[in-house]
Amino acid sequence: MKTQTVTITNETGLHARPASLFVEEALKFKAEIFVDNGTQKMSAKSILNILCMAISKGQEITISADGEDEEQALTSLVAIIKSDLDE
Amino acid sequence: MLKGIAVSDGIGIGKAYILMDEKLDINDEKITDISCEIDRFLLAVEECKKQINELYIRTIDAFGEEKAKIFKAHSMIASDEALLAEVKNKIKNDKCNAVFALNQVSNQFVDMFAKMDNEYMKERAADIKDVSSRLLRILLGVKSQDLSILPPNTVIVADDLTPSDTAQLNKENVVGIVTRLGGRTSHTAIMSRTMEIPAVVGANEIFVYVSDDDNIIIDGFTGKIIVNPDEVIIKEYEDGKIKQAHEKEELKKLVGLSSITKDGYHVVLASNIGNVQDAKASLKHDTEAVGLLRSEFLYMDRTRLPSEDEQFKAYKDVLQAMGDKPVIIRTLDIGGDKELPYLDMPKEMNPFLGYRAIRICLDRTDIFKTQLRALIRASAFGKLQIMFPMISSIEELREAKKLYLECKQEIVDQQIVISDYIQIGMMVEIPSVAIMADVFAKEVDFFSIGTNDLIQYTTAVDRMNAKITHLYNHFHPAILRLVNMVIKAGHENGIWIGMCGEAAGEPLLIPLLMGMGLDEFSMSATSTLKARKIIRSLSKEELEESVEKVLQMATAKEVEAYLEGIAKNLQATGL
Repeated sequence: MKTQTVTITNETGLHARPASLFVEEALKFKAEIFVDNGTQKMSAKSILNILCMAISKGQEITISADGEDEEQALTSLVAIIKSDLDE
Repeated sequence: MLKGIAVSDGIGIGKAYILMDEKLDINDEKITDISCEIDRFLLAVEECKKQINELYIRTIDAFGEEKAKIFKAHSMIASDEALLAEVKNKIKNDKCNAVFALNQVSNQFVDMFAKMDNEYMKERAADIKDVSSRLLRILLGVKSQDLSILPPNTVIVADDLTPSDTAQLNKENVVGIVTRLGGRTSHTAIMSRTMEIPAVVGANEIFVYVSDDDNIIIDGFTGKIIVNPDEVIIKEYEDGKIKQAHEKEELKKLVGLSSITKDGYHVVLASNIGNVQDAKASLKHDTEAVGLLRSEFLYMDRTRLPSEDEQFKAYKDVLQAMGDKPVIIRTLDIGGDKELPYLDMPKEMNPFLGYRAIRICLDRTDIFKTQLRALIRASAFGKLQIMFPMISSIEELREAKKLYLECKQEIVDQQIVISDYIQIGMMVEIPSVAIMADVFAKEVDFFSIGTNDLIQYTTAVDRMNAKITHLYNHFHPAILRLVNMVIKAGHENGIWIGMCGEAAGEPLLIPLLMGMGLDEFSMSATSTLKARKIIRSLSKEELEESVEKVLQMATAKEVEAYLEGIAKNLQATGL
């Protein structure tokens, strides 16, 4: 299993369109992927879960991936968070 | 009297059809064959996704990609991992039937979202409800009410319409919509305007008074709802409806004709718009140009400034939608009553006389140059005219133009293709500019007179102050003298003059402005054809005399009475 911690930098946080982009990306991988914000750990492949976590700007989250394509999954999800999700 | 919020113009007369969520039979009966129940559930999910996809395609065909997006979101919910896993768990662990399990799980999500203090999340609660009720109906074998086969002259009465409802609604047979919930921006309101079906929303007591098959009249202009009206009232509304339909038909005949006076004087009838959807809608009313695109829409309802690329795309879309018709895009006009929270502007004693519009742009040149660069790059896709708002001195105009030229040079140096057409103009909305119009006219390609602010600044009347609205009047002789001065000074210097304030669409003023020689009238798109009808009945030369008379008048009342006389005369001579 691979994990990485990142800080949310975009203004809206993981809401609305940024959340959809993130979940759509997660769905591309076979690995089990979770997002942990310190209080909850939820599947990254569920838009309802991600929205419920209400992750906002400045918050730190840990993404974990477990499965054959875990490395790739982690790299591209971290890249999505770091890219400008508001655009 | 029964009343709601009028959200879509027109009169609907027909029979009420009450759209009610049927009571679904949800019980806690336990099951024995777990894997069979899970399979049954997953099959229902597949069917649900198929139905949503059909609605998605149907909506794209009928209303375009933007309106269909909602079903993409529905599809994501229907295949949501967490939702499906929780339902499966409930079936497995509690031996619940699939209906009961789904209902519990979806209610949990709906509650969670509805409680959040965020409009976006609250809307998602409605989406989850829409999807789960579709799934429940599939599981229970309950057919949903089919809105595509309603009888002619139906007025739909509902709590609220969901995207699933509106997507399958038959436009031909539905003559009106009334909902108990909702406001001007609710889904029902927006879609009824798109479909051009008269609608009233937020009619709280509608179900107290209306039952299935009642005769019902809804007035989409005033929000009035009349249940089981007597014959006299029905006749009255039917006559009104016929008259409106007749007027609409008459005006339609003017589509494709030019806006020209009897003595051969051409004008341009343009639209005031806010975004690309408005641009497309305005073409249906045969608009000849965009006289004012308020670029503020790009800056509002968000948390930070729009990037150059984002703006470029938005401007390009509008220019492309309008084809070879010219488009005036006004640079950022905020401050006054329009704030951008993320710019963190301090409260002012006198915001309308304060830090606003071009004054902000010349101070925050970073913001201004981003916009100018986006505009110049977009120029390659149509006929762009850039307009600066709130200019009060020639120095400001020169500074704005200097920044524009700098940006243009930068872009040319980057070898980006731009149009050689671009015109530069300014709003005339401050008396100091109107008085010095001859000086300004030598340095721009066009003027556009903004009457709303010009009246407020000339007469020192705050147009937001309800106590003094009687003093705010576009027939004020001082305003008309200023307008006349500006048009004259512009023409003497060889530039064209438009007007984008509300006065430009005022039927009584059109003849007068025509007499003064206004070249372009910009108004809300729905007024265009009416204005064309008036223009085509006028003779400019005859009106020049009227202008002389009006300019000698002392009061707004005299002016208005005189202009009413002209209008009556026109009507009497067959208009």
